[in-house]
Amino acid sequence: MAWTPDQPIVRIRDVYKAFGDLEVLKGVSIDVRKGEVICVIGPSGSGKSTLLRCINALVPINRGSITVEGQEVHDPKLDKLELRKKVGMVFQQYNLFPHKTALQNVMMAPIHVLKQDKAEVERRAYRLIEKVRLQGKENTYPGELSGGQQQRVAIARSLAMNPDVMLFDEVTAALDPETVKEVLITIRELAEEGMTCILVTHEMGFAREIADHIYFTDRGVIVEHGPPKTFFAEATDPRTREFLGQIL
Amino acid sequence: MRGIAPWRAAPVPGLGSGLGPGLDGSAATTDLPVLLPPRRAATAPFPWPTIAGIPRLAVPAWMVGLAFAIFAGSVGVAYAQTGTGRMGLWEAFTLWLPFIMDGFRLNLVISFLAMAIGTALGVLLGLMQVSRIRPLRAVAWTLTQFFRNTPWLVLLFSFMLLLPFEIVIGGRIISIPGWTKATLAFSLPIMANIAEIVRGAVQSIPPGQWESSESLAFSRRQTLWMIILPQCVKRMIPPWMNWYAILTMATPLCSILEVREMVKSTREALNALGDPPEFLAPFYSFILVVFFAYCYPIARWTISLERKYAVKN
Repeated sequence: MAWTPDQPIVRIRDVYKAFGDLEVLKGVSIDVRKGEVICVIGPSGSGKSTLLRCINALVPINRGSITVEGQEVHDPKLDKLELRKKVGMVFQQYNLFPHKTALQNVMMAPIHVLKQDKAEVERRAYRLIEKVRLQGKENTYPGELSGGQQQRVAIARSLAMNPDVMLFDEVTAALDPETVKEVLITIRELAEEGMTCILVTHEMGFAREIADHIYFTDRGVIVEHGPPKTFFAEATDPRTREFLGQIL
Repeated sequence: MRGIAPWRAAPVPGLGSGLGPGLDGSAATTDLPVLLPPRRAATAPFPWPTIAGIPRLAVPAWMVGLAFAIFAGSVGVAYAQTGTGRMGLWEAFTLWLPFIMDGFRLNLVISFLAMAIGTALGVLLGLMQVSRIRPLRAVAWTLTQFFRNTPWLVLLFSFMLLLPFEIVIGGRIISIPGWTKATLAFSLPIMANIAEIVRGAVQSIPPGQWESSESLAFSRRQTLWMIILPQCVKRMIPPWMNWYAILTMATPLCSILEVREMVKSTREALNALGDPPEFLAPFYSFILVVFFAYCYPIARWTISLERKYAVKN
């Protein structure tokens, strides 16, 4: 059954995940359409990061199904590398390769994984670094960059693979407020260009601004969800109201 | 693992406690320095300083001075005691010096070769220990534990007595002299310890590196060779050099088995001189001095590399 763009690009159905005895996801279902921006919010330990890691097969699931562009992620016969070319991920701790310059970080994957032509990749890498507003920093090492700059290099690095879906795992949580803004601007531009984004974030203002749909998770289940307008104004579940009350 | 003392953190203390995916999915922190903090190395002659948990050569200047003093003192005593009609100490010494230093040359050759072979095998074994294939891991682990915990002298004896003195391959006779057997014997505990260093270094790389690399669709092999191992090299150099120093100081063990290295050469020289008791101290303390002169600079260099490469967070 071929996937067509009118179907959800990421479909998460009834996903259960436990680490040993600890149940982290208890029946999560989310549909993401192409071009949508989804924000997942919730208290720590509610399974948000685990959910993201299940989408690009970093973490296996116990039950349920996740499909990306029609392909079942946890099919044992699935080539994980093919999946990960379509799904890019940016982490809270940036995780840049410290022994390579910013440019090399961005170039490495397209050259060695996609086997693309080096000159072409280099040109694209320069364009991407310019896009995240770091021109001039191509030959610096991650250790010489600030947190916000490193995070933007990490975003450029994921974009170099031309993914169809981008996952952002609390990417601004480790940054100070001034640099948070730089990163959020970059993400907003991405979203406006039509990239499908799934963000786990604590930035409520940002979520309200760019999300098409917001999901609130607590203790492994989705408690409530909705478009930002209704979600923030008319949350009905008491857990949601408590959480929003604490952070807004 | 904040708050856990480095020597309790992992099987290879001081090389961090992060565990990569494929071995144990738990997250590990990155705030443990890979090597012991430089402050320790600089200010703690006793208790015995360590690199990666292994006691290391940390010879303060006063010890070197003491060694020279013993040597010089024994020379003086020997000189005073030499009767007429026998060769003087200085004469004897200059006569036998080339022979004894030739023995030292063999010590060095054995140490270089054993280190080279041990490192090559050790890196292989270390990578096998982090392999995803369980039987491979089990075999590597067993070999490592066995050769780490076997007395080197026992290995030496086994090799000397069990290996043939020559082998015939397709009509060509290849002789295996004693020093070759000794080299092979020494390379095995080195292999095991280098394997531990490699394993510890790979496991000390934060799991985030594995995650981000896999998210970029790198295969596990690409991740290991292009991203993880290059980051490991710096961490591995100081403990590796430390093991070289330990190996060099262990090479005189093979003198027991008729390999003509420095200690054996000295014994033969003294024999030829008629075993004068007043020559014992000068000749043997000369061995001490030569080994000091060789190993001490290595130890200082190791300390400075340790400081330079200490992982900062």
